[in-house]
Amino acid sequence: MKKAEEIFEILKNEFGDIILSFDKDTPTEPIISIEPLKIHIVSKFLRDNAELQFDSLMCLSGVDDANGKKVKDADGIDIIEGGTLSVYYHLYSTVLRHKITLKVSAPREDAKVESVENIWKCADWHEREAYDMLGIIFLNHPDLRRILMPYDWFEDSFPLRKDFKVPEFYQGMKIPY
Amino acid sequence: MALKTETMILNMGPQHPSTHGVLRLELEIEGELIVNVKPHLGYLHRCFEKHAEAMQYNQVVPYTDRMDYLAAMGNNFGYVLAIEKLLGIQVPERVEYIRVIMAELQRIASHCVAIGTNGADIGALTPFLYLFRDREYILSIFEETCGARMLYNYMWIGGLSHDIHPNFVRRTKEFTSYFKNTIVELDNLLSYNKIFVERTANIGILPADTAINYGATGPVLRGSGVKFDLRKDDTYSIYNRFDFDIPVGKGLQGTVGDSWDRYYVRVREMEQSLRIIEQAIDQIPEGDVQSAIPKKIKPPKGTVYTRVENPRGELGYFIISDGNTNPFRVKVRAPSFVNLEILGELCKGHLVADVIAILGSIDIVLGEVDR
Amino acid sequence: MGLLDKEFSDGNIVVANVEDLLNWARLSSVWQLGFGLACCAIEMMATSASHYDFDRFGLIPRNTPRQADAIIISGTVTLKMAIRIKRLYEQIPDPKYIISMGSCANCGGPYWEHGYHVLKGVDRIIPVDVYVPGCPPRPEALLEGLLKLQEKIRNESLRKKS
Repeated sequence: MKKAEEIFEILKNEFGDIILSFDKDTPTEPIISIEPLKIHIVSKFLRDNAELQFDSLMCLSGVDDANGKKVKDADGIDIIEGGTLSVYYHLYSTVLRHKITLKVSAPREDAKVESVENIWKCADWHEREAYDMLGIIFLNHPDLRRILMPYDWFEDSFPLRKDFKVPEFYQGMKIPY
Repeated sequence: MALKTETMILNMGPQHPSTHGVLRLELEIEGELIVNVKPHLGYLHRCFEKHAEAMQYNQVVPYTDRMDYLAAMGNNFGYVLAIEKLLGIQVPERVEYIRVIMAELQRIASHCVAIGTNGADIGALTPFLYLFRDREYILSIFEETCGARMLYNYMWIGGLSHDIHPNFVRRTKEFTSYFKNTIVELDNLLSYNKIFVERTANIGILPADTAINYGATGPVLRGSGVKFDLRKDDTYSIYNRFDFDIPVGKGLQGTVGDSWDRYYVRVREMEQSLRIIEQAIDQIPEGDVQSAIPKKIKPPKGTVYTRVENPRGELGYFIISDGNTNPFRVKVRAPSFVNLEILGELCKGHLVADVIAILGSIDIVLGEVDR
Repeated sequence: MGLLDKEFSDGNIVVANVEDLLNWARLSSVWQLGFGLACCAIEMMATSASHYDFDRFGLIPRNTPRQADAIIISGTVTLKMAIRIKRLYEQIPDPKYIISMGSCANCGGPYWEHGYHVLKGVDRIIPVDVYVPGCPPRPEALLEGLLKLQEKIRNESLRKKS
């Protein structure tokens, strides 16, 4: 059983600059931020290291941080430009019974994160969901397609982005009430 | 020269009596043998997470009901625990006890459906009818207290929507003593039934390490012999005050982790839930169930991940608050969503008819898979 | 109005007109397409299970649309599912009846405002005979919906509408 500070120390010693920051001011859980294109290396270490043994990925969540500029596009619709999309990983060790939260942030226009599918199998569908809902591209994912929305849903239309606009029609069916 | 053969694609669902809702499975089969299974989801995607962002914190509770609609109390429980943790509220003892009793009654009701439909898919229709008869009893207890049969909106942030009905204690006691016979009946009718055992034992074997790597939880994980239950291992609410066991699969009829084990774990879990209810029902303290409900819910900036043991496994809520009255992001880690991912692995090499036996033993609720 | 109300007065001969006979046969064997969508499907299952016993009204679930007379749209219709529902509806032979069960199927229910993937009412794609309100409707409400449907069938006419 290790505390989040100790886990952060271990990671910092092992990886140095890849580990960006440690945020323990949040009221309920501390978060370790990591470089998005190196997350698979860190994850593998977290799983295989004898002191850590994070063998289970509880949850993987995509989040639209909505920290960019609000602008109007050519048609006068509000969109968000710049800022980041984030992915949160909640890990748990069934052996040592400790938890940790990791976070990666990638720029909104070109959100690319390495996939952890080959480390924890359950990341497969979670990552597909994050792609489907927010348009985060997971590199080296074996099968990155939409999962909840129809396969022929509008390209570049990601429902959980904060500037998502509901389309008028889908296959001849009116969507708004 | 060997004869050249090709695999065939067979579509199962979204309209199929045994897919438990609107799941579509794309089976790649060679004769009767399954080569590959590809689940296609999203036929019941009701945009829960978008709704949660557009609503105030307390308005989200009814939507959580509609995710895992067989275990609505459990869903409420997880959500309110998360917000209470974010707000730092301590709820009254009476509320804690009532919540635990409700969650355990709900677990029994949910397992009744899971076991009943599992049997009905394979061909045993009688246990389905018996269990639905007893489930009605639980639903009428719920209905008396909170007015709804299925989707309760009962647990509120900091309290409950209603205090328990005066009849509640008496009827719950009646139910617990009555339901023990049903479990015996169920064991005789189904658990050791030769046909049922033949159809489920040694079918869809899930080894423990695969189960953990795939993130399986709940009866699916425990069926593989892993003794892991959040009520004990990451305890929440007041579960640490009660004495109960965690049933695990032992491979009594076949191999550890087969479909029969997953089924059997559920049956034994119902007994343990009865034990918890029996201990809790006599200890409910007096008090006001609404005294801790905050007038205005505005949690501080921050994130929280809480998880509860739902009938189907670990239900996690990841909530980000930006200090406003609406949640910034609510992500649900739905147990069925994660458990369903194993299906492809389990079905490989089995017959087409085994797919529904395996699917029934995983016990999915599509409202939760697709949210 | 029903056929049996005319009573057996003379041996076992019943004098009735063809319309009544046909309608009586139809309304007492409404075979439904066994097909659940969401939460309401559980209530539909509860209705057909032991306690409420749907079968006594002649409602037997069939698993293929080609043998069915009616669908109970029990739950939220999403855009992805709507296309399939339309196809299932088209496969049912005439005459066919639709019961829309629950708020979601009636009008989008609690998902009417932000549901970007929810069809706001199944009547946008197929015609509906009976709406059963509720979220989810109690089994009694569904039974009432079925009785309403039977009443509708009873008053059908073979003659061309002028």
